[in-house]
Amino acid sequence: MLVAALFLLGLPSVVTSFQSSQWTLVLIFAIAVMGLNVLVGYSGQISLGHGAFMALGAYTTAVLISHYHVNYLLTIPIAGLVTGMIGFLLGVPALRLSALYLALATFALAVVTPSLIKRPDKLTGGVQGILLVPPDPPQFASSAFATLTNGPQMTSEQWLYYLSLGIGAVLFWLAWNVIRHRPGRAMRAIRDGEVAAAASGINVAGYKTLAFGMSAFYAGIAGSLFGLATGFVSPDTFPVALSFQLLVGAVVGGLASIAGPLLGGTVMYWLPIVSSQTISSQDWIPTQISSVFVKAGPAVTYGALLILIMIFAPTGVVGLITSGYAALRNRLRGAGERGTGQMPPDPQTV
Amino acid sequence: MQEFLQQVVSGIASGGIFASLALALVLIYNAMGLVNFAQGEMAMFATFVAFTLIDRGMSYWIALPLTLVIAFAGGVLIQRAVIRPVERAPVLTLVIVTLGLATLINGLAGFLFGYVPRSFPSPFSVHTVSVLGALVSYRDLGVIAVSAIVLVLIYLLLQRTTLGLTMRAAAHNPDASRLLGVRVSWMLALGWGLASAVGALSGIMVAPILLLEPNMMQTIIIYAFAAAVLGGIESPLGAVVGGLIVGITVNLAGAYLVGGDLQLAIAFLIIVAVLVVKPNGLFGRPSVRRV
Amino acid sequence: MRRTGPRSAALAAALMALVACGGGGTTTATDTGITSNSIALGVTIAQSGPAAAYGTIANAANAYFTYVNNNEGGVNGRHINYKILDDGYNPAQTVPLTKQLVEQDQVFAMFGGLGTQPQTSVRDYLNSKKVPQLFVATGATTFMADFSSHPYTIGWQPPYQGEARIYAKDVLANHASAKIGVLYQNDDYGQDYLKGLTDGLGSSASMIVDKEPYDVTAADTLSQLVKLKASGADTVFLFTTPAFTIKSLIIITKIGWEPTIYLNSVSNPSVYMGIAAGNGAALKNVTSVSYIKDPTDPQWASDAGMQLYNKVIANCSTCNVHDGFNIYGVAVAYSMVDVLKQAGSNLTRANVMSIASSQLNENNPFLLPGVLVKTTSTDHYPITQENVITWSSNAWHLQGSLIDEPIS
Repeated sequence: MLVAALFLLGLPSVVTSFQSSQWTLVLIFAIAVMGLNVLVGYSGQISLGHGAFMALGAYTTAVLISHYHVNYLLTIPIAGLVTGMIGFLLGVPALRLSALYLALATFALAVVTPSLIKRPDKLTGGVQGILLVPPDPPQFASSAFATLTNGPQMTSEQWLYYLSLGIGAVLFWLAWNVIRHRPGRAMRAIRDGEVAAAASGINVAGYKTLAFGMSAFYAGIAGSLFGLATGFVSPDTFPVALSFQLLVGAVVGGLASIAGPLLGGTVMYWLPIVSSQTISSQDWIPTQISSVFVKAGPAVTYGALLILIMIFAPTGVVGLITSGYAALRNRLRGAGERGTGQMPPDPQTV
Repeated sequence: MQEFLQQVVSGIASGGIFASLALALVLIYNAMGLVNFAQGEMAMFATFVAFTLIDRGMSYWIALPLTLVIAFAGGVLIQRAVIRPVERAPVLTLVIVTLGLATLINGLAGFLFGYVPRSFPSPFSVHTVSVLGALVSYRDLGVIAVSAIVLVLIYLLLQRTTLGLTMRAAAHNPDASRLLGVRVSWMLALGWGLASAVGALSGIMVAPILLLEPNMMQTIIIYAFAAAVLGGIESPLGAVVGGLIVGITVNLAGAYLVGGDLQLAIAFLIIVAVLVVKPNGLFGRPSVRRV
Repeated sequence: MRRTGPRSAALAAALMALVACGGGGTTTATDTGITSNSIALGVTIAQSGPAAAYGTIANAANAYFTYVNNNEGGVNGRHINYKILDDGYNPAQTVPLTKQLVEQDQVFAMFGGLGTQPQTSVRDYLNSKKVPQLFVATGATTFMADFSSHPYTIGWQPPYQGEARIYAKDVLANHASAKIGVLYQNDDYGQDYLKGLTDGLGSSASMIVDKEPYDVTAADTLSQLVKLKASGADTVFLFTTPAFTIKSLIIITKIGWEPTIYLNSVSNPSVYMGIAAGNGAALKNVTSVSYIKDPTDPQWASDAGMQLYNKVIANCSTCNVHDGFNIYGVAVAYSMVDVLKQAGSNLTRANVMSIASSQLNENNPFLLPGVLVKTTSTDHYPITQENVITWSSNAWHLQGSLIDEPIS
């Protein structure tokens, strides 16, 4: 844990400013995946349309900055709250839908998002989109960075990295607390059996809409940072593929795990790059094989990965490691203690 | 009035397209209580198979049944390889797997066949016929006629044959069926094969109108969802009626209410409205919430 | 604005040192991405996703670079290395991939990037870094018109608005009493064309009796065309992308309409017209414009430029020789090589940009005879000439002479 924190904090001082900007996107995706995890992994609902919530967050920030000249730092929580509120309200009709129908409706939402953005073009800039100037780091951070690294001043990319890291840490802490305490237990009880949960006095509707709102809040924050980091928001920035990518991130990390989102974010960002660039630059891979990856695009890799993980590791890669570790420890402890050890990790969700 | 009538007739033509794909969705739902997000992509891929056969010189009337057989085999194969390992898993797992299939097949088609739109032959003439003064092409009518035939066949299969009854029993009550000696998993495979063949037929019928390319079905599937949901997702008749209503609504609302650029948004609204107000659709039976 | 940062300062210093000691007497100036035997260019383009059909443009351009490298030993002894990255037509991908090409792969210039939204998303970044964003593959007017604020960005093909003005001229000259209906895609592409047409008609803009948008997610354009027909229009403009153009041409005949049809140049390759005709489109009274040779047109069979194209495109295994996008890719690569040749030993980003934006005067063998790729200190629109073409007996026919339609 500490090692991971130190690694993340020190990263910008050892990599280039450009590489920092790549890891910024990893962190942003991790925040969105974290939100999706609360919804899917813990409350047992589904959203295939989280790209739409990210779009809402990004456009809230972009419109506030470009039309109303609000300070960009202020727009981040506003974007989160606006999106969270909308998510909470959408959670009410979602209560009436079964998992299958919810998947259907949110999938349709993801597909229709770009054409909905185009319509109010006075507000959203229509197809032209809205350009955002990358924010300069504040003076104190900039000089502190220069002193600590004994090097140049902080770049805008590095500042956005630390901003995303800070916000991500707070949101991680928040999710951790929600999950470990009463709301988390209630959500899991609902996930594992709604009628039973209601019978034991849990406010099923309340917690399910809460999960929807919280999940949207995370996606809104992620969208806001996404807009700032990309410097441009437009309808084509939020294709259905984005929602799909988020789902891949959540699934890879493990749906009901709290460490998974970071891994999920990493895979979301790096998978297309690895499949189209890294593989083709490796000399040891025959060109016939590497050219398949390049030409087939990331879609094939994403699809294959989703299917394989759902079949072989439904708790995600993190879940696989955790359960493997638990099995190993049990074996080391000997047969006598077998089965009395720690509770296994969250069972497969939904 | 003339224009309004033409809009309605054109809507029916589009509706036939949506209905034909919705029928395949309904079949899968009947076989295992699942909506297959990859149905459109599977249909597109099968159409490319037919295209390749015809392109190699095979006659249309040999390529058509051959493709349906290949599609059936492909559907069974997909069920055995990819769905069976998770067939008892929660709905969400299945949804994610079919989404994975959708993007996998779409990417593969792009890789194998490229993205340039292609012409696809049709047995129906491109000439038009006047219906009460509104024009519609034989191709559009052909799509609707074929959908109607498929509808009747599915109805006969599900309601009038032991096989259909067994299939539905396996989907609704797998454990009891298993006790009665039904090979549930193979029933599901059969359902996937049939749905895949119906989807392939849909792809082959609509490709001459939509032009064949890997993204041919990408938005059509949303309209087909709307059609299936509106009709009541387990009802084949509902899928066809729903398809026609969605086609007409989308055309009329696009022309007179919200503008043609928001047609897909109307389909989305239909889905949400039906699910919230009348989740069983027009022809579906109310179901008890599972615990 | 953004500071360039010490990193690039260090880089500049290193470069100055390189320049100072390099060259062995002759004064040669170079920049990032140039070595004694190579020139690094980069591009982001859609090779997967909804706009993937355009992705072949970069492969065709690369085929021309390969041809130049193999047959002419590169440009002044330097081989061109063209790095193509797939952004899926998504600006959120274009930004990091462009930064990667500039900062990590250290390309000399970006060349041939596709799409208005994706290329807008990196325009400010590239200009602040003074990295040339050359010959973007979009006719959106902003990429040429805003040269003063973005001097490191330039387009290549005729701007959509200019093309639409040519149609306006043609309508006013040949169909002065026309009632015009417009079908357009509701994106920058469709809207730019519509604006050009409206501006071009000027005081006669009321000739437009109806305009109907459609979204790329639409199944077809039936409802819109029925409405246009009912509006009483006798002339229809299709500002649509290829697949929708083919469908629209078929639908027009299907609903029993026989208007005069104007078709934008992006969608007019003969291959597409052939598909439309094969599926029932009557294709009567169809007018379009062109500036580039159509590889399927028999009139160019023995043309030297077309023979060169056939030779060049053989270097690309995935390229369909009949695809109109491929000759576009080869033609724009020809202009790129022309710019590099003119820069000679003065291969700096500033110099290359100055040549591309104000000193071009090129007879491109892949363009229609007489079409010049030309820029001056006051004209930053490389191609503005087009020829009106009409469709009859399964082929396009050039009408009249070239029309020059600069946008002022």
